[in-house]
Amino acid sequence: MSDALLDIHGLRQTFPKADGGELLVLDGVELKVSEGQIVGLLGRTGSGKSTLLRLIAGLALPSGGTVTYLGHPVNAPAPGIAMVFQGFALFPWLTVLENVQLGLEALGLPDAEIRKRALAAIDLIGLDGYESAYPRELSGGMRQRVGFARALVVHPNILLMDEPFSALDVLTAETLRTDFLELWGDGKLPIKGVIMVTHNIEEAVLMCDRILLFSSNPGRIISEIAVDLKQPRNRLDPQFRDLVEKIYVAMTRRGPSAMQTGSERQITFNTVLPRVSANLFSGLAETLAAAPYNGKADLPVLADELHMEGDELFPVAEAMQMFHFAEVGDGDIKLTDTGKQFVELGMDDRKKLFQRQLLTYIPLAAHIRRVLQERANHFAPKSRFLDELEDHMSTDDAEHTLRAVTAWGRFAEVFAYDDDSGAFSLENPS
Amino acid sequence: MRVFVPISVGGWDRLFSRWDVFAVLLIIGLLVFLGEASRHLFQPLVDLQRSPPSLDPAYLPEYAARTTLRMLIAMALSLLFTFTYATLAARNRNAERLLVPLLDILQSVPILGFISVTVVFFMALAPGKVLGAEFAAIFAIFTSQAWNMAFSFYQSLRTVPTELVEASRNFRLSPWMSFWRIDVPFAMPQLIWNMMMSMSGSWFFVVASEAISVGNTTVTLPGVGSYIALAIQQQNLRAVGWAIFTMLIVILIYDQILFRPLVAWADRFRFDQEPGILVPESWMLNILRRSRIVDRLTHPFGALWRRTLIGHPSDSLATIRRASQPRRGWIIFQWGLVIALTALALWQSISFLIEGITLSDVGTALLLGFYTLIRVVVLIGLASVIWVPIGVWVGTRPYATQVVQPIAQFLAAFPANVVFPIVVSLIVAWKLNPNIWLSPLMILGTQWYILFNVIAGASAIPNELRAVGANFRVRGWLWWRRIALPAVLPFYVTGAITASGGSWNASIVAEVASWGNEHLQAAGLGAYIAQQTDAGDFHRIVLGIVVMSFYVVLINRILWRPLYEYAERKFKLG
Repeated sequence: MSDALLDIHGLRQTFPKADGGELLVLDGVELKVSEGQIVGLLGRTGSGKSTLLRLIAGLALPSGGTVTYLGHPVNAPAPGIAMVFQGFALFPWLTVLENVQLGLEALGLPDAEIRKRALAAIDLIGLDGYESAYPRELSGGMRQRVGFARALVVHPNILLMDEPFSALDVLTAETLRTDFLELWGDGKLPIKGVIMVTHNIEEAVLMCDRILLFSSNPGRIISEIAVDLKQPRNRLDPQFRDLVEKIYVAMTRRGPSAMQTGSERQITFNTVLPRVSANLFSGLAETLAAAPYNGKADLPVLADELHMEGDELFPVAEAMQMFHFAEVGDGDIKLTDTGKQFVELGMDDRKKLFQRQLLTYIPLAAHIRRVLQERANHFAPKSRFLDELEDHMSTDDAEHTLRAVTAWGRFAEVFAYDDDSGAFSLENPS
Repeated sequence: MRVFVPISVGGWDRLFSRWDVFAVLLIIGLLVFLGEASRHLFQPLVDLQRSPPSLDPAYLPEYAARTTLRMLIAMALSLLFTFTYATLAARNRNAERLLVPLLDILQSVPILGFISVTVVFFMALAPGKVLGAEFAAIFAIFTSQAWNMAFSFYQSLRTVPTELVEASRNFRLSPWMSFWRIDVPFAMPQLIWNMMMSMSGSWFFVVASEAISVGNTTVTLPGVGSYIALAIQQQNLRAVGWAIFTMLIVILIYDQILFRPLVAWADRFRFDQEPGILVPESWMLNILRRSRIVDRLTHPFGALWRRTLIGHPSDSLATIRRASQPRRGWIIFQWGLVIALTALALWQSISFLIEGITLSDVGTALLLGFYTLIRVVVLIGLASVIWVPIGVWVGTRPYATQVVQPIAQFLAAFPANVVFPIVVSLIVAWKLNPNIWLSPLMILGTQWYILFNVIAGASAIPNELRAVGANFRVRGWLWWRRIALPAVLPFYVTGAITASGGSWNASIVAEVASWGNEHLQAAGLGAYIAQQTDAGDFHRIVLGIVVMSFYVVLINRILWRPLYEYAERKFKLG
């Protein structure tokens, strides 16, 4: 055996679909984690990276493939693998100290040792003085520190982090990242390896030694990027910027990629649609059309400028591409002629153009319109379309997709939807 | 923001504090109370009949103690039932399919009808001893407390946030540990609220369950309930007054020393992590928390309890094992069991009913049920017309809310059947039509649920929305239609469901009333059940119960549940 802490082989995960079929969310994942590494799992929402983390934690069982931890298969929560949660997952009725002690109590250690180790962890993570506070009395940053202390106190070999900083404000998140990296670099943390899920590209480059990029639907590892920069890393360092750019390019590459790009990737009836409002559309189109971009922008630069994270920008870019308002590729976004035309029009004409593009390029919208026209009363319940969609995607995705298309249809005045009766119709209140 | 320093790490500068004095007195008082109240349990039944209850108010403290003890024992049993039944329902998919609908039906069964059916069984358990009758009474009270508690616990278990469950699994808490550390705390605030509702509700049944008479068997257990029954029999209005006064005191006492502390204590189990605007306070809890003696006395028990929660040392990886799939045979066995039990129950009830019931009996019961249905509908309508505007008026005025809200809650807790005799004596005196004038009794105790829910709803209307209303000069009917009524609708529906269910139950005591030798009766299903109970006709009692349950379930399914879902979806603020 090698010195691999964790060895993942041919891992796949499916969820049952409404029609009895299976929905593939994670496929063919191969991963080896060695001692002393921070491995980042980077991908869009719905790329299965959180699912992968839960499989490693033994919180779910894979449909195929194996997770091997120190030579043993993981099929239940394993000792030595501890997790830090996105929403902190603190027990509000337990004090900071009691929250931290919980994992040790489950190990059945003697009281004195539980107390000693818990206090040591609290001390290490900078929570001194907060021992008797309840989580609700703490700020978000302090709460996540409790989350870290609770995970570290059991001296895990592997620390799993599920977007641990995404619920925090920018400054707090940065402080926590720096503190964590400092403790890790000084070898003060009782852990041998870290696997963290993130959708924040800069965060991944800042913290990780290896970054695995995931595609969406199903989640597959599409590329692996090694980060050889020395800690502490500087966001303004040209090498750092290069890596960020490289990841953007990789994520927007044609073919199987993190984003659905390229016109060759046909949008069909079953494509999961991003929920992007028409306002965001217009906003981004106008920004792109104006100086200094003049129709073409580098995605990382644009994200920085708009104070958006990649995960927020990608869906908008993707939606614009679906409408043929823009083309995305190689880390860039470029307005098409239709896109430029869209920007120049007034509100009413914009709606008309939007309507044309919607009915031409989004098959689901055209489908709903057609069904409504065919019916004598021009009326169809939401459940009719939802059921159709659920044959091809998960319940959540179906709901999201239908909402996205409803919002677009309303904006374009292609059809109306009444939430009380849950029905689509051709009539607009006049 | 208040921070409680855990008592054990506080300073040890003085051995005793004034809080200790209070605490010790309270504990001694509690012990004396328990001893006094349970002394008579093992008396032979004959002794009880030799010393019949007396209307002398001097006996009332003892009666009150015994009644309260029955209620507390029933509460303990209800908790036990809640923790087992609801946990099984929430954890076992197969069990859930059966247990949840069962609970829903049980909730709708008129408990007062139950009593007569169960008393014979329990008397047989401890023949000749007071204990048997006590069991029967406690069981009756238990049935009035347990269902909604179990339901609330089940719903809480189903809604424990996924991340908390994952965290507990990640840190490998044993099932026992995660039950007490996660499930129970998470469910606690809701459960305590339901315990309070149950306790209030069960007063109603205390009165009925202590003076049990089915056909020829009559047992009178010493207690407030039997005291009232005797007072009614002897037309002693003064004694009724004493009983009401005693109940007031008892309710005040257990509210202060039991529920207030529980509510204040459970505040920390609230899941929303924002600091609360109003932190519930309890002097009793403060005493217990600040007393060092209490801390010292309870510490060993606490430590012992914690030991059971601690997992077993198992650091080896060998313990990782695939969660065992339930065996096929076991599943078949379970289904077989369910089918066999259902078939047995079906056969039993059909043969039981066929034996003594004709089709015309069923028709009668259905018709009478329809009369009672009309009463309930009319009364809920009337109560709504009266209390919704008042509730909105009060709820939109913070000062009025502060004054009225606790009173409304107290009135909902007060057993209305205690004041029945007064109303009945008036009906007798003025020779009023019982078909009309007995009806309001059904809603006397339950209308308050409408009031205090509407107050809560109205006071939850955001200030901004009210400001918008004022800004656009929305007034009069438009204001009610567009702002007030939609905002309180979800709350109103919650209150109305409780009120309607309670009224059906109350009909069993409200449609038949007596004052000394005067017996009043209204035409209705409640009166039917009460009559058949007096006659000891088990077939017709069961028929009455089944028909009433049928009506309640029907109304819940076709009216209240859709209305509630609609209100939740459309008018929920925020």
